[in-house]
Amino acid sequence: MTELNTCYSMPSLGIDIGSTTAKVALIENGKLIYQRYERHYSFVRQKTLEMIRDMRELLRGKDFTVAISGSAGLGVAKTADIPFVQEVFATAEVVKQLEPDTYAVIELGGEDAKIIFFQGGTDERMNGSCAGGTGAFIDQMATLLDVSVGELDELSLQHERIYPIASRCGVFAKTDIQPLLNQGAKKEDIAASIYQAVVNQTIAGLAQGRSLDGKIMFLGGPLYFCKGLRERFVKTLKLADENAVFPEYARVSVAMGAAIFGGKEAKVYTFDRLVGALENATTQQAVSGRLSALFQTKEEYEAFCSRHAQASVDSVDPYTYTGDAYLGIDCGSTTTKLVLMSEEEKLLYTYYDSNKGNPVQIVKEQLHYINTLCADRIRIRGSAVTGYGEELIKNAFGVDSGLVETMAHFLAARHFDPQVDFILDIGGQDIKCFRIKNNSVDSIMLNEACSSGCGSFIETFAKSMGYEIGEFAKIGLQGKAPVDLGSRCTVFMNSSVKQAQKDGADVSDISAGLSISVVKNAVYKVIRAGSADELGSNIVVQGGTFYNDAVLRAFELELGRLVVRPTIAGLMGAYGAALHAKNTRRETSSLITPEGLAHFVHESKSTVCKGCTNRCHLTVNTFSSGQKFISGNQCERGLGIQKAPEEELPNLHEYKRGLLTSLPLGEGTRGVIGLPLALGMYELAPLWHAFYTALGFQVKITGLSNKKLYAKGQYSIPSDTVCYPAKLMHGHIVELIENKVDAVFYPRLTYNVDEGSGDNHYNCPVVAYYADLLAGNMDALKDTTFLYPYLNINSPKQLAKEMYQCLNGTLGTFTAREIKQAVKAGFAAYDAHMKAVRSYGERAIAWARAHGKRMMILAGRPYHIDAEIGHGIDKLATSLGFVVLSEDSVSHLCGGRVKVGVLDQWTYHTRLYRAAAFAAENNDVELVQLVSFGCGLDAVTTDEVRAILEDKGKLYTQIKIDEITNLGAVKIRLRSLIGALEERGKQFAD
Amino acid sequence: MLTEYPVFTPEMKKTHTILMPNMLPMHEKLMEKIFASYGYRVKLLKNSGRGVVEKGQKFVHNDTCYPALLVIGQFIDAIENEGYDPDKTAVLITQTGGGCRASNYIHLLRKALRKAGYGQVPVISFNMSGLEKDTGFKLTLPLVHRLLYAVMYGDLLMLLRNQTKPYEVVPGTSETLCDTWVKRLTDEMQSTSIHYRRILANYRAIIDDFARIERQGDRRVRVGIVGEIFVKYSPLGNNDLEAFLMHEGAEVVVPGLADFCLYCVYNNMMDSTLYGKWKYRGALARIAMRFLLKKQKDIISLIQEEGSFDPPTPFDHTLTLGTAFVGHGTKMGEGWLLTAEMVELYEQGVKNIVCAQPFGCLPNHIVGKGVMKPLKEKFPDINIVAIDYDPGATRINQENRLKLMLSNAQA
Repeated sequence: MTELNTCYSMPSLGIDIGSTTAKVALIENGKLIYQRYERHYSFVRQKTLEMIRDMRELLRGKDFTVAISGSAGLGVAKTADIPFVQEVFATAEVVKQLEPDTYAVIELGGEDAKIIFFQGGTDERMNGSCAGGTGAFIDQMATLLDVSVGELDELSLQHERIYPIASRCGVFAKTDIQPLLNQGAKKEDIAASIYQAVVNQTIAGLAQGRSLDGKIMFLGGPLYFCKGLRERFVKTLKLADENAVFPEYARVSVAMGAAIFGGKEAKVYTFDRLVGALENATTQQAVSGRLSALFQTKEEYEAFCSRHAQASVDSVDPYTYTGDAYLGIDCGSTTTKLVLMSEEEKLLYTYYDSNKGNPVQIVKEQLHYINTLCADRIRIRGSAVTGYGEELIKNAFGVDSGLVETMAHFLAARHFDPQVDFILDIGGQDIKCFRIKNNSVDSIMLNEACSSGCGSFIETFAKSMGYEIGEFAKIGLQGKAPVDLGSRCTVFMNSSVKQAQKDGADVSDISAGLSISVVKNAVYKVIRAGSADELGSNIVVQGGTFYNDAVLRAFELELGRLVVRPTIAGLMGAYGAALHAKNTRRETSSLITPEGLAHFVHESKSTVCKGCTNRCHLTVNTFSSGQKFISGNQCERGLGIQKAPEEELPNLHEYKRGLLTSLPLGEGTRGVIGLPLALGMYELAPLWHAFYTALGFQVKITGLSNKKLYAKGQYSIPSDTVCYPAKLMHGHIVELIENKVDAVFYPRLTYNVDEGSGDNHYNCPVVAYYADLLAGNMDALKDTTFLYPYLNINSPKQLAKEMYQCLNGTLGTFTAREIKQAVKAGFAAYDAHMKAVRSYGERAIAWARAHGKRMMILAGRPYHIDAEIGHGIDKLATSLGFVVLSEDSVSHLCGGRVKVGVLDQWTYHTRLYRAAAFAAENNDVELVQLVSFGCGLDAVTTDEVRAILEDKGKLYTQIKIDEITNLGAVKIRLRSLIGALEERGKQFAD
Repeated sequence: MLTEYPVFTPEMKKTHTILMPNMLPMHEKLMEKIFASYGYRVKLLKNSGRGVVEKGQKFVHNDTCYPALLVIGQFIDAIENEGYDPDKTAVLITQTGGGCRASNYIHLLRKALRKAGYGQVPVISFNMSGLEKDTGFKLTLPLVHRLLYAVMYGDLLMLLRNQTKPYEVVPGTSETLCDTWVKRLTDEMQSTSIHYRRILANYRAIIDDFARIERQGDRRVRVGIVGEIFVKYSPLGNNDLEAFLMHEGAEVVVPGLADFCLYCVYNNMMDSTLYGKWKYRGALARIAMRFLLKKQKDIISLIQEEGSFDPPTPFDHTLTLGTAFVGHGTKMGEGWLLTAEMVELYEQGVKNIVCAQPFGCLPNHIVGKGVMKPLKEKFPDINIVAIDYDPGATRINQENRLKLMLSNAQA
């Protein structure tokens, strides 16, 4: 190793305290002579002190310099008055000294990711507050797969394929992984896919438009330990061996940098002085806010316990019971639950455990056990399954029926409180709540992908601090001053906890604080209630997370009212399924026989569907019965079902996609104009296409988006929190440039089309001005002509004037007359397009009514019809029997102006309000709103759309979409919607 | 659905206290008195802390941007905890009418008030785009004219304080002087006539007073702050960003509020230039622009004459600075001004810049984070850090990133 320059000849000690680990490095005479790396389990100061004490022999009798670095080191350094250096800065120092020809450093830590560029001036980037942690994320994923981090790494090296996993933050990734697990995908493949997600996240979030080639150095703990992760980085960045540097000192590089910095500070320490300084650093003042304790007195606690013990179900001894029984299975996202129920609806047997990434195996074992338990005395008359893994389990074991989980929970809750009008269920990774009205599920609210830090989050946290969840919860009940952790997503909570630890918060206060956070998340983000009265008077809470008394208590305190938590809170889905099995029993159950079970074999294979251009990744599960279960498909083609054209239900999304993707290239001779089919182009492509065609250009329009196209442009996205539709734009631009078009056209449109039905007709800031960002961040555009004029598209005359200015001299010479004609042709084409959409909308409605089909307005923005943005939700809806309409195909059917409680100033949103008003007026039309994650405007619109619908007693369903391709969750919502509609229909019939 | 809301009637002028959110305390203290001289009982809110955030979270859609959440939280917290009678209180909120969701704050506020049980509280829109014409609250030309001087005075005091405070020999001198002047100016503001000569004399006296403060030490690292207007200025919104930077030994440079006012006026001109719309409004804007530029130049000349301080950049120059990165038609939120201010700071030698925005701020994807790469290409030694603010973001993460920026600045 090259010598390190610490300025002084005396030894220098560097201490790096990160979010999860502490590192020390001692440099003497330019050499690293001692290093250590340990997890600190949030005992930040104690661990540091312990590590220093262990160096007694090395440091005794010597004078040396010291500096501290790292995110959790800041507080220690402050209180102990020891020099502090920012960690990225420290890393840069080490690399400059040891590997001066490095192009860039990628450093992953417990919760931080950093890239430092060295060429052309040092440029350092850290992950923003949204990008999830990396090391901690890998830990969390390992827990999810029920393997150690080491095992995860070994698994990953044997992968065969990579699944797309959302790369933004841990919560999203988890949403993607869970269904994969439930569908039986191989752990090896998932492990590698997790690493790939980390790689994508690092590149997308941090490279921000700078390409990564040349010599790259990889630093930090995760990259030191995880070979599979290294492999993914090298493969993704296409690095030659000599350009991928994984130094021996990767884990302690920051500590080394701190040591170098300490040398420069020249503040001399002895062993005793350093230990003394750290010991005296205990009187830290708490900076983060504190809340009041969950229980003020012991009596309060006792009253709480006895009250909740009352909501119970009786058990009967399965060894003495003789008669019929019903089996309910709830195959959830992280746990599997089973209930065997007697004719009197009492419990014979229950099971609740983590599904350890393989629910099929668990259910098999359990069925086997239940069979022995039943012997000849008990006869299973019916069985039902619910939850994420419903279809898989149903197919595998011949379960009699499946039901959507919201329905299962309602059935169970009604058993405990027939008057129930509000149910809140916090499970492993999702929060569900629904209102009950007229004996049916009225409105359903699920947590959005960004805030699903629920039960499993507390569990992962408990484990990372070295506790079992039960114990952790119990400790929380004793917290005297719970820390205030806010109520946003888990990523934020991670750093809030970090801060609390820095401030010296006790484990009990952290545990209680986490519980309060989860509750606040549910109350303010999902339910968004101002007061308890808005929820209802009879509230039942359930789900595994409510076994945690701290969560239950926090919920009652937050709401200021008492709720019912059944003693079987975690089994409610399964119990509901059992009740359903009883209600729908037939003569004989189709459940797998003991003999069948004995020979049960399950295999899963992955393959790619060739049914259409979507190329869905399918997982094919084969069971011993010869039964096959295919998952991962976005439509029925994946199952090998080809429908005749006349059987296909009208689908406006499909129709619009067809119109836009069939716009011809044309015969023009003046050159090729490229139009990126993204954002506002989804609205105006017909206009620009006709305009340029009329002027004599060929017009190249990019096709629908897909993951590959996204990856192409991913490198140049400067803001990782912008919406997915905007991110996709980058890929479309790259594609146009690859196609060597003569010019790329994407105008800046402050104002959208004025349809005369709102207060104003703006575009959103992103749609309006994304061209500014593209011009600055996509280097490829600099070598081509990029036209992005400000245009007024509401006045043909003004537009002609503007296009005349824009095109003359840049793409040739044009006469004012020519341009005028072209503008005319453009508007004619646009009007024809909109007319076609509207008339198809009317025909679809007529067809639906003639055939007695339900209709669904899948409403969002024009670009939500994109295959990659909409993830095939439209096809899912048609497969569930809905005729799919779009907002712009029906907004003209709403008479008069829609009055809303906000400023109605965006064209796309005005359509949305009008479509909602149309749905509100029509019994056979439902509206499901698609919302892009990160869309600030929809924070305003969703409440309005809901109000418009609920005002007329209609159901409101919202689906948040992003890179996630988890159709499972969407399906639950749509099925719940159908369930609720059916229930309502029944009541009308009665 | 409730779309009817209580209106601030002329009679309420006598009975109601009008609450004003806290963004730029110095400027607003002056405004408070101006409103008073027109018979409005306006009260500048001072409440802050966790309670404000919690009230905001409780009553506003949590995906809404942080400033809305804070402003609304502050109003409700004040009504609940500071003894304002909801039957005799109104609240005042700005509304720009731009394409950003900020134009909808007022509606979110009304919704939140209703939800909190204060549906009777009238919300007054403070806007110059003719959006809501509340009968009892009139932004007359003379009133706007006076408010303009509050902005000018506020900007001047802020500029001078930022340039003296890090160097003052006796700690606290600059703040005390600010307080003294605010007090003096508020007293003056109550009289109903404006004498521009008197104002110019005040400018001069203020500059001289600050120049007399005894200062010491070498020039410190200068750090500029730009960003979404609320988190840029409000200590409540940015976790006391200015104080943190000063504590870390930096001299803080914050472009003034006058630039934002000029920017709004300029955008009206651009609408007519770019889209051929609203020619009349465009012409009016042109007149207002000329007037405002003159006012800004008067202050700049006075600062230059005295010679101790760096004057602000004239707006007609700022205008020309960002066009290589973002066009002048890009006008939602802080729009092109935000980019231009970064270049302006760089040109003044302030190479270290904090770009502050609420988490997920839509315009800032483009005019903030979106220009960092091209800015760095053009000015390799520019040192920008983007900081996101929201209820869940922790100080430690923000401070860690600021520290990185500061280490680079000092290297």
